[in-house]
Amino acid sequence: MTERFDAIVVGGGHNGLVCASLLAKGGKRVLLLEANEQVGGAAVTREFADGFSVSACAHLLVQLQPKVQKETGLDVELATSKMTTIALGDDGEHVRISGDRVTGARDADARQYRAFHKRMTRFADLLATYCNVTPPRLGTKDFADLATLARLGFDVRRLGKTEMREFLRIIGMNIHDEVTERFASPLLRGAVSLDAVLGTHLGPRSPNSMLTYLYRLAGNHGRPAVPKGGMGAVTQALASAARSAGVTIRTGTPVARIVVDNGRVTGVETSAGERFESLTVVSNADPKRTLLDLVGARHLEAGFVHRVHHLRSTGNAAKLHLALDGLPSIAGLSKKEFGERIVIAPGEHYVERAFNPAKYGESSPEPVLEISVPSFRDPTLAPTGKHVLSAVVQYAPYARKGGWTDAAKAEFEAAAIRVLERYAPDIAGRILASELLTPADLESEFHMTGGHWHHGELALDQFLFVRPVGGAQQYRMPLDGLWLCGAGTHPGGGVSGAPGRNAARAILKRENAG
Amino acid sequence: MNSCDAIVVGAGHNGLTTAAFLAKAGLDVVCVEKNDYIGGAAVSRELYKDWIYSNCSYVCSLLRPEIYRALELHRHGLQVTPYGGSVTFTEDGDYFAKYHDEDVSYREFARFSRKDADAYERYAADTLRQCRFIRDFLLSTAPDPTSFKPADIRELVKIGRKFLDMGEDRMYETIRFWTMSVADYLDEYFETDVIKAAMAPSGIIGTALGVHSPGTAYVLLHHYMGDVDGNVGAWGYARGGMGAVSKSIAGAFQAYGGKLRTEAGVEKIIVKNGRAAGVALEDGEELTAPVVVSAMDVKRTFLNCMDRSDLPAAFYERVENFKIRGSSGKLNIALDGMPEFPALPKGSELYHSDMHFVDSMERMERAYDDWKAGTWSKDPYVDMVIPTTIDPTMAPPGKHFMSCFIQYCPHKLEGRDWTDAEREQFAKTVIDQIANYSPNFKELILHYEIRTPEDIEAQIGITEGNIFHGELTMDQLLFNRPVPGYAQYRAPVKGLYMCGSSTHPGGGVMAAPGANAAREILADLRRPNTVPENFGDD
Repeated sequence: MTERFDAIVVGGGHNGLVCASLLAKGGKRVLLLEANEQVGGAAVTREFADGFSVSACAHLLVQLQPKVQKETGLDVELATSKMTTIALGDDGEHVRISGDRVTGARDADARQYRAFHKRMTRFADLLATYCNVTPPRLGTKDFADLATLARLGFDVRRLGKTEMREFLRIIGMNIHDEVTERFASPLLRGAVSLDAVLGTHLGPRSPNSMLTYLYRLAGNHGRPAVPKGGMGAVTQALASAARSAGVTIRTGTPVARIVVDNGRVTGVETSAGERFESLTVVSNADPKRTLLDLVGARHLEAGFVHRVHHLRSTGNAAKLHLALDGLPSIAGLSKKEFGERIVIAPGEHYVERAFNPAKYGESSPEPVLEISVPSFRDPTLAPTGKHVLSAVVQYAPYARKGGWTDAAKAEFEAAAIRVLERYAPDIAGRILASELLTPADLESEFHMTGGHWHHGELALDQFLFVRPVGGAQQYRMPLDGLWLCGAGTHPGGGVSGAPGRNAARAILKRENAG
Repeated sequence: MNSCDAIVVGAGHNGLTTAAFLAKAGLDVVCVEKNDYIGGAAVSRELYKDWIYSNCSYVCSLLRPEIYRALELHRHGLQVTPYGGSVTFTEDGDYFAKYHDEDVSYREFARFSRKDADAYERYAADTLRQCRFIRDFLLSTAPDPTSFKPADIRELVKIGRKFLDMGEDRMYETIRFWTMSVADYLDEYFETDVIKAAMAPSGIIGTALGVHSPGTAYVLLHHYMGDVDGNVGAWGYARGGMGAVSKSIAGAFQAYGGKLRTEAGVEKIIVKNGRAAGVALEDGEELTAPVVVSAMDVKRTFLNCMDRSDLPAAFYERVENFKIRGSSGKLNIALDGMPEFPALPKGSELYHSDMHFVDSMERMERAYDDWKAGTWSKDPYVDMVIPTTIDPTMAPPGKHFMSCFIQYCPHKLEGRDWTDAEREQFAKTVIDQIANYSPNFKELILHYEIRTPEDIEAQIGITEGNIFHGELTMDQLLFNRPVPGYAQYRAPVKGLYMCGSSTHPGGGVMAAPGANAAREILADLRRPNTVPENFGDD
């Protein structure tokens, strides 16, 4: 006998957990199935070497939406928050960015940055409002959609004439032009550029990189935090919130397919052959995996499949984890600053040069890095006196020419360590163990097609009305009973919980409307 | 004495167009030009005896037919002859061609991929739809979305309605089309690299972007939205070179009583009591008029020819940061005979077509990386045509004129001026690339003219020699072009107007900016409008 639920959530990433939790709070009987042995998706903490644990994919909490926290009753204990970003420079001359304050650059740069930050956070706040609503459909007569559109228009107008013009001007722009217009310091230019291109297939010169920058700011104004116990602690807390709301969570249960009967979804089948029935299936998996693998193209309209097929979702961000026998020494960096966010992106041109090879399926010989040392504030992650370094390293294109062989991985890891050594000359000698996760590894470990942490490139042509694809932006897929709630939907990736929350609201709204 | 109703600065095709429409409305108009020839970048010059070069722009399609008719350009000697097809040579000795004849074209596509051959029809229809959407707005002023003026709201509603009329799915497709890269756009239709390489250049020509840069799909339109005799997307040669376009507009202007003054470079635009009062020429002469129209690019207009104190600070700063980036060069060559391309069948009609030598998107993108690093592309994209295969007036019988458009080519080399040796190296890069496909090409060369962006800037006056007077990125299009809040051809100084390609709808020998500016000026002067409405396609 198969068990019947009001809703089944496929995948226990943070969005799946948020969605399940809110559905359960809305009175639904919810089952959540997770393929891996622990929930959390790409927001997990796990051991990578004896005694050393790390947030395996996402390592900084930037965008978690307050609304999500409030509605799920999520309580996260932070090891540190409002981290300063330190852009490493030669000879210990670093630039430090903390909120709207910049030190280590000229006064003019600091002044410009303050003005820049003020304007950007204003635009980001506008964007954030729309991160927390279902994107409207165009050309419909649905009242709610028209109201959202009208409000969007009104909110943009309310910026005032000058700011509205500026908003409309910059929204499609690249970050390169903005940083070169404003700042003289290459380190400041580089650090801002890096924020715009992290996790994307863009260089600072690529139009659209302004949008990704604003998106990053749309959470917590871009000031990262680290939860105690790593990112896994956030998802564990979400899981217990879900459980107490009544969600049944089953781990180690990969879903093999979403069952379609008579043109509608009727449940799921696990790879062990077990069946669960529900007329509502919500997938936390990425759109391609959900629609092309779990459902299958034959159940969908051809034009829609074509659009899903062309969704760009190949990642460029690799994760490097180092187990260190002690803190490395970096000139000009005090010991306590190892608790901050450290970036290596000396100049906008450096970032652009790192990006160039990615266009041809080659990895950067001189990559850019976003580094944190989570064990500095959270000693549970490493044995006493020892440390864990966690870094996002770009660019490592998913579809590397020749594939991600062991030799290719070793080469990229060596490139990253060479770059680290420029600033921390003793680091190589301190490495006890290391792990490099390329987008190909992230795909196989976390089941994200293309290993893309946004489940689909975040760009204007895959944003808002057209995310994941036009006509399917309201979480509801063109197949009865099928919904998406992952990062591939509006607004996108990052541990924000917004897609999960928006999806849950859309589902409840529809079902309560009958 | 030296006073008139309106002064137009710069006798490029846009300046002449504004001048002609103002003169047609009965104004006393003087058009001043710094060079001893007119035409700006739509120019034909004899730099080698008996050879006429189209020194800058070299093919014609975008010129708005409404303007052609309203100014009766045929009476002033303009004749545009369509030419057909294009060919892209591949490194393995083959080629991919596009023909006018759809059936022949289909077979050629199918030689590489049946799937691509089938996809082409879909591609052409989808792209044409985008063309049709935008063509309606070329001859109108971009509405200001922050304004509550009835004219702006009317125009916004018109655009909104046209957009809504597309239906839901096509609206999404349009949003994507405007924001995606040409490489991604083509990937959605085609699988063969050389076919994509043959289509992609229209997305990057004249820009400082690569085929993978988002926003380049839109740039495609700037090369597809024209027409020759109503055949949308077709290209032609102006008989006698592109100078014939400017000459015919100048002819119309003079026929309406306008006065042309060459070798009259403007030193300064004079502002008195907060309004434009005339211009001071380089030789010290002053011309006065209540209306001054600049066809120069915005940087040259406001940064070189005006006092900072006459302009609002925020405006001045935006102009300083307006992006005009030199990214392409030209090589004009006089040939002793017709070069042979052994890959092509003998007597092939493709000898009359565009020829290209870059057969993959990767090579094209790498060419862009060279530009980003501050040098010219070592394996550039070259758009090569031999107009004399169709127009016999440009070279002696049996001889030919070859025009090569080259991308990418920076304005400065790693931030410094070009040396003569480097200019020659640049030419050699191009000549060698062509010679790889044409063994007798080098020995036919009688003379050539090298035009780096620096040369174009020095001679024509366009900042950085950018063919569009400013990048065609979203932040510099429509109501953002050239400066948000000043996108309706009026400068912040009363009586001063802009009519060059820095304004909506941008560059290309389209004459639309010039016509739109004239319409706004005539409205301000409360004169009857002489500028035609757009015909519409349907």
